[in-house]
Amino acid sequence: MSTTTYREAMRQAIREALISDDRVFLMGEDVGHYGGCYAVSLGLLEEFGAERIRDTPLSESGFVGAGIGAALGGMRPIVEIMTVNFSLLALDQIVNSAATMLYMSGGQFNVPLVIRMTTGAGRQLAAQHSHSLEGWYAHVPGLRVLAPATLEDARGMLGPALEDPDPVLIFEHGGLYNVEGELADDAGPVDITTAAVRRPGTDVTIVAYGGTLRTALTAAEHLAADGVDAEVVDLRCLRPLDTATFVASVARTHRAVIVDEGWRTGSLSAEVSARIVEEVFYDLDAPVSRVCSVEVPMPYAKHLEDEALPQVADVVDAVRRLGA
Amino acid sequence: MPSLGADMEAGTVSQWLVKVGDEVHRGDVVAVVETEKSTIEVEIFESGTIAEILVPPGKRVPVGAVLAHVTSGAGHAANTVPSVSTATPAVPRAPVVTAAHAATVDAAISPPAPVARRSTVHSPVLRHLAQELGVDLVTLTGSGPGGAVTRDDVEKAGGRRGDGTRRRGRATGKPKSVPPAELQPVTRVSSSPLARRKAADLGIDLSAVRGTGPHGSVIERDVRLAAAPALPEKAGPGTTVADDRAAAMRRAIGALMARSKREIPHYYLSTTIDLTAAAAWLEQANIERPVTARLVLPVLLLKATALAVGHVPEMNGFMIDDVFHPSEAVHVGVAVSLRTGGVIAPAIHDTGGLSLDELMTALKDLVGRARAGVLRSSEMSDPTITVTNLGDLGVEAVFGVIYPPQVALVGFGRVTEQPWAHAGMLGIRPCVTATLSADHRVSDGHRGARFLTEINRLLQEPEKL
Amino acid sequence: MTKDLPEPDTGAQFTRACAENDHKVHLLRQMVRIRRFEERCVELYSRSAIRGFLHLGIGEEACAVGVLEALLPEDAVVATYREHGHVLARGVSMRATMAELEGKVEGCSRGRGGSMHLFDAATRFYGGNAIVGGGLPLAVGLALADHLQGRPRVTACFFGDGAVAEGEFHESMNLAALWHLPVLFCCENNLYAMGTALELTESETDLSLKASSYRMPSWEVDGMDVIAVEDAARHAAEVVRTGGGPHFLELRTYRFRAHSMYDSDRYRDKAEIEGWKSRDPIPALVERLRASGVLADGDLERLEAEVDAEVDDAVAFAEAGTDEAVEDLERFVTSEPVQRLASP
Repeated sequence: MSTTTYREAMRQAIREALISDDRVFLMGEDVGHYGGCYAVSLGLLEEFGAERIRDTPLSESGFVGAGIGAALGGMRPIVEIMTVNFSLLALDQIVNSAATMLYMSGGQFNVPLVIRMTTGAGRQLAAQHSHSLEGWYAHVPGLRVLAPATLEDARGMLGPALEDPDPVLIFEHGGLYNVEGELADDAGPVDITTAAVRRPGTDVTIVAYGGTLRTALTAAEHLAADGVDAEVVDLRCLRPLDTATFVASVARTHRAVIVDEGWRTGSLSAEVSARIVEEVFYDLDAPVSRVCSVEVPMPYAKHLEDEALPQVADVVDAVRRLGA
Repeated sequence: MPSLGADMEAGTVSQWLVKVGDEVHRGDVVAVVETEKSTIEVEIFESGTIAEILVPPGKRVPVGAVLAHVTSGAGHAANTVPSVSTATPAVPRAPVVTAAHAATVDAAISPPAPVARRSTVHSPVLRHLAQELGVDLVTLTGSGPGGAVTRDDVEKAGGRRGDGTRRRGRATGKPKSVPPAELQPVTRVSSSPLARRKAADLGIDLSAVRGTGPHGSVIERDVRLAAAPALPEKAGPGTTVADDRAAAMRRAIGALMARSKREIPHYYLSTTIDLTAAAAWLEQANIERPVTARLVLPVLLLKATALAVGHVPEMNGFMIDDVFHPSEAVHVGVAVSLRTGGVIAPAIHDTGGLSLDELMTALKDLVGRARAGVLRSSEMSDPTITVTNLGDLGVEAVFGVIYPPQVALVGFGRVTEQPWAHAGMLGIRPCVTATLSADHRVSDGHRGARFLTEINRLLQEPEKL
Repeated sequence: MTKDLPEPDTGAQFTRACAENDHKVHLLRQMVRIRRFEERCVELYSRSAIRGFLHLGIGEEACAVGVLEALLPEDAVVATYREHGHVLARGVSMRATMAELEGKVEGCSRGRGGSMHLFDAATRFYGGNAIVGGGLPLAVGLALADHLQGRPRVTACFFGDGAVAEGEFHESMNLAALWHLPVLFCCENNLYAMGTALELTESETDLSLKASSYRMPSWEVDGMDVIAVEDAARHAAEVVRTGGGPHFLELRTYRFRAHSMYDSDRYRDKAEIEGWKSRDPIPALVERLRASGVLADGDLERLEAEVDAEVDDAVAFAEAGTDEAVEDLERFVTSEPVQRLASP
């Protein structure tokens, strides 16, 4: 065990991939000379050179498309997009090309590409750097969408993602990079197909992912002090969703609160809620409840941003309203 | 009529560029066709002579219709224009037709409805409908997939037309088992799916269970609670059942009280009430009554509490989802300790409206039945405020825990003789300590004090009770 | 560029001249194959055997044939939704192509793609991209993979004049030039982005000038002359393959038919269309080959008859083809184990 950060865990994962597979290279805006806009790739240019730590122009569609082409051409690219908001400039390539190529070609051309990007709010970056749009990508067949929320996942998801023959999107919540914790020295690949129960409990299931996992876990501690034993499920894989894990949890606890930093309307939380109702309706002892971001473009001012985001108190309150 | 676009279903020949007898070659433009989107020149894929024009200008025909016949140069059999000619069967079917066809086939090959079996889980809308029509879903036989009860089944059972048309409370068509005039609208009780399943398992009538869940819905715990006192009726002999029941009740009380303490910001007041007048009046009143009909002090306390609520309505009602719903009716719940352990607080309906004699009868009946385990579920679910009287057990005051979702609980302790100063004179008088536990979200100490004072005032004029 | 038939004064020269002549006939055959294939498509579309959008390249055959003749088997091709000619010129069978247009599992994309999404792994044909400009970044990436792996390969990327207005065009030109990648950009400039003329959409209508601004060598080529196209493409591909960085060919061409099946073509002048039809690449080549004695009397008719037979065979193959089992609807959303990829 040693103390590390989410950022460092991610960097180690990239390093390991670069060392173990010549086909892997990292490409994106400011990944090289700048060291990565969130410093994830700091030092990698010096270690691996400019061919493999490839600075790109500000051409999201161009370099994401180039990543797809390189994947088709036998490489294993890791493409970094600064934030999910910028990824919209590459939406065409991700949705129209990466996700469709295998199907359109009748199974001939798979796209083994990994795209990493930052998501989420909480750092006063306002309305063009703060949104949680991973749910949009989770809508698209042909993509795998991951949201590492722990150090283990930050360290362990990239390897299996690179081994996946199809495109994988990894969403790193910007509020997590500085999170410190203990990580086993031999931490390695983790499963990228299932959700995880991060805290067992009996009275209510709180479903969260990415940046909201910590909110959910903190809320669970508050609730425990009041005698409410909450189970916390970390979705981890946003597509394909591991329905079985959260549905089984709700079947045990009979109550569900979903915490999603995305906007409520048409959100991932809506999908989780629908699946709970579809699968375990007769086990529910209360309506499914959701805690999402307020439906506004993210404001800059701290107090407004706080108000817009799901907070621990909101989760606690939602659980109490369910009568747990 | 050639297909001229992905979404084209029909077209209109606006102009023929050839006439009968004209010689045509593959690739020649022979007609102009208008579609919904544009005007297109139609070419021919055969060479020969136009033998017959079948569709005149201005006529709209579906894709695949024959427009004209062409005789090939060497006197072969007539061909049609355009290439649909070659009698190819590939004439497209319009999607609508295909769909209709498929539906018919489905209907024709559908197996007869499966043998009905009893289903214990029903969708909320069905439950609602069943309640509205007074249909007992538990005994209803379903005709839906897997024996599920369908809306049709409920409507039939409830006397509504079974043809799927919805007619609220109006009689049409065939005679009904329930005359429409008797269809009483039933207030809908929301309940969680799990609560419904549990109620079906335990044979509990959900409509009589008081809900404590979100939006006042009945949740599984409410069903368990409602089931607890009713269990002796159903349970067979044997201590195990009783033990289980006692343990279950202890858990239920624990959960409810924990919730109360967690959610309700209690505040407590107490006052000592001089019962001289009440005791004197009671003594007098009982002289005229046969022993079996004699009144006891708790009846006065109950009545005074019920009437005092009229002056301080914040004490009477329910707190649901952080919103207080005052109750017009006053159903005072009476805490009754059970011999098997535990306590329940069933209601005496319309406590304030009963005469003291009626109240006495009701109280005796209620306590008796509570201890025998034969309460009605409405008695369990209806209390709007609770009175607990621990005077029998010797304590002087009781600071109780409010029953959620109620907002107040009045406690009375033992009646004791106390030194009492009155008009500058010290005397010995019978007194009781009345306490109030109330929900600070609904009222505060000022109103609580007003309430206790009002009880006190009412007890000073027992003849008016 | 054309060469007159040299005098057969030496054996070597004679042999080379014969090979060149054979090659020109081959170019003619390829163009006729595409033309006849697409003409049959019109017919099949009219009777609804082909549905959806169908974009024909009739008139533009010289571009596809000329460029693809200049490529090697290991090279890659990225094309647009007007790609029947490219896929046929690349060597994908007419049967598999027609079966795809008819939505059959025997199609080159198993009937999943249709006319706009023809794919073929064996010839490294990466579609069939129906997002205008969408193929350019892909081509850059394919070339990047070759660059990183040190393979002397060319990626030919076809796109129309409409794509030049897309951001992806500029992003891709910049990336390819910046990283010196082996891409051969082939802009088929048929003067119309769907129904809107180039001068209505571009502030600078000289497209090769745009490429030059990325410091990329660029040529304008007569896209109605297959020999000129092949010559230019062969030269450019050679430079690209040997580390010369990306090149840009503007192939000036014209489609004789509507943008897609069907439109009323109201945005083009009839006289303009007729003017371009007089430069039809097929009769133009036939005339030259006849003039130089390469095509004798009856040669063309024989060639056409052979092509017609191939088209008939392809149509029969497609119509006898099978519909993919609906149980397989969800196959290939994601990859499956290799052994299943081999079927059917």
